[in-house]
Amino acid sequence: MSEADVLAPAADVGGPEQPLLEVRAMSKHFPIRGGFFGTTGVVRAVDNVSFSVDKGEVLGIVGESGCGKSTTARLVIGLIQPDAGAVILDGEKLGAALSLRELRRRVQMVFQDSYASLNPRLTIEDSIAFGPVVHGVSTAEAHARAHDLLRKVGLDPAIFAARYPHELSGGQRQRVNIARALALSPRLVLLDEAVSALDKSVEAQVLNLLIDLKNDLGLTYVFISHDLNVVRFISDRVLVMYLGEVVETGPVESLWEDARHPYTRALLSAMPSLDPDNRTKEAPIAGDPPNPINPPSGCRFHTRCAFAEPMCGEKSPSLFETGNARHTAACHMVDPASGHSKAGHSSAGELQNV
Amino acid sequence: MSAVADDIARIAVVEKSRGYWATVLRRLSRDKVSMVCLGIIILIALAAILAPYLGLASPYQGSMIRRLRWIGTPGYPLGTDELGRDMVSRLIYGGRLSLFLGLAPVVLAFIVGTTLGVMAGYLGGFVNQAIMRTVDVFYAFPSVLLAIAISGALGAGIVNSIVSLTIVFIPPIVRVSESVTTSVRNLDFVDAARASGAGSLTIMRVHVLGNVLGPIFVYSTSLISVCMILASGLSFLGLGTKPPEPEWGLMLNTLRTAIYVNPWVAALPGVMIFTVSICFNLLSDGMRSAMDVRS
Repeated sequence: MSEADVLAPAADVGGPEQPLLEVRAMSKHFPIRGGFFGTTGVVRAVDNVSFSVDKGEVLGIVGESGCGKSTTARLVIGLIQPDAGAVILDGEKLGAALSLRELRRRVQMVFQDSYASLNPRLTIEDSIAFGPVVHGVSTAEAHARAHDLLRKVGLDPAIFAARYPHELSGGQRQRVNIARALALSPRLVLLDEAVSALDKSVEAQVLNLLIDLKNDLGLTYVFISHDLNVVRFISDRVLVMYLGEVVETGPVESLWEDARHPYTRALLSAMPSLDPDNRTKEAPIAGDPPNPINPPSGCRFHTRCAFAEPMCGEKSPSLFETGNARHTAACHMVDPASGHSKAGHSSAGELQNV
Repeated sequence: MSAVADDIARIAVVEKSRGYWATVLRRLSRDKVSMVCLGIIILIALAAILAPYLGLASPYQGSMIRRLRWIGTPGYPLGTDELGRDMVSRLIYGGRLSLFLGLAPVVLAFIVGTTLGVMAGYLGGFVNQAIMRTVDVFYAFPSVLLAIAISGALGAGIVNSIVSLTIVFIPPIVRVSESVTTSVRNLDFVDAARASGAGSLTIMRVHVLGNVLGPIFVYSTSLISVCMILASGLSFLGLGTKPPEPEWGLMLNTLRTAIYVNPWVAALPGVMIFTVSICFNLLSDGMRSAMDVRS
């Protein structure tokens, strides 16, 4: 592979209609090791998750901690091997038409902990240049690229290139991490809680930087966060996860206006409000998420759901369309033929009147 | 970025950014105890290396009529040993072998142990089990006994005692480097490096080694004093150096018979062993705190 190839973005294959990333029925069950021999059970971290990301789109993934958001991102980039399922990048299946090494050039990741994700013994420029050097670019050219990228993320290379991570602030470090992720000209960037650890003003700066970079470089983002305001701000589409499963997905406005899954509604109503007349009076759902080692049967949310009926504990709902083709929810109330007493009446307004 | 933040960044850059090791050295140089210890070690090492040029009496040439002179005897500032050889000369010449026997096994064990430990820690799984369980076998024996057993099996001699001491010190270094590596390998920057498509060897070389060498190095320096004592012990038992070669452990052994006749001279080689090992220990202690940059 020549140097020019590595630093140039990969060419588009399937045209704008073909999703950039498709994840099909992906599962990851972590074995729990007990004693010297064998395993005593599995944590169903990600269970049968499917979704797609269109070119140029920002897909937000939200959910409580431990719901499998980060595991999903690590599965996509191959840091963890999935037990089942397929990752398809622009029509090319990982493991078949697409090698892992090539996938890792087209997909990059930014981690939450800006300090832990930079090698404390390497200068900023060496950290950014590492990826290109690994892919065969000469050190001089890789450093030139690192300086270029530092300028792009708003850090003056003359000041920052030769510094070490501990000499930078959290916001500056996260800018460096973004520059590092862009060093191989990826098409898709996975942002795993990338702004969660920053304070609010810096968070806003970094979010704006991400939007600028996306527009300039034609990037696609998967934006993982537990901060719903941030997700609403940056995302085009949102995916809600609960206990390793996708419970609802749809365009951000449609989801905020007309959430169909009781869990999504609980999540949205748990957002702190600045309006004194709109106080959250009681917790929308009680308790902690059930243990993913032994998830509830049927619908995994039925143990905490206000509308649960016996059938919810027996039959697991799949994603049903809500009328809007891009908005789907995994709840029996959305499916008119499910047998749930409120089947077909899943919008918030209808449920309040019943 | 705002203009103010820009200015702050410019002011900050005036204090030139230092590498990690430069910072550690600067902090170490401010620690008085470490510097004194380093000075003593360098002094003894220089004297040992330059011994032939110091105009000393021969360390081998004895005299039956001048045996076991007291410290301060004219012409023999530190007295003579049981065969009438000048103690000053023998102690300085003895430093050559003693320091070499203290350092060489630790250096060799450091190289082998770090390689094995980093591999075990980074690769995990079967490789880890294979390396760590093998190491555990060596842990079943007390280190002194193991050194004596291996030396005894291989036969007396300098090379053999270096081999046996190296084998004794590999297991603890493997353990330390494995545990440090395990904690580094779970950090996000290693994942980020993997996500850039780098192979295991590159990641170990670029990202793991730089972050684990410090603690392993400090631990290994603390082994130097133990190694000197063990080497002296082997010589004492007749498994290391052979007479008439001057070596502190061996000297301690041969002077043992004179302990009631001239205890001060008999204790001198022990004093040397004690001084050098305590200096290495304090120095490694100082390095440990100098490396803890974030504290």
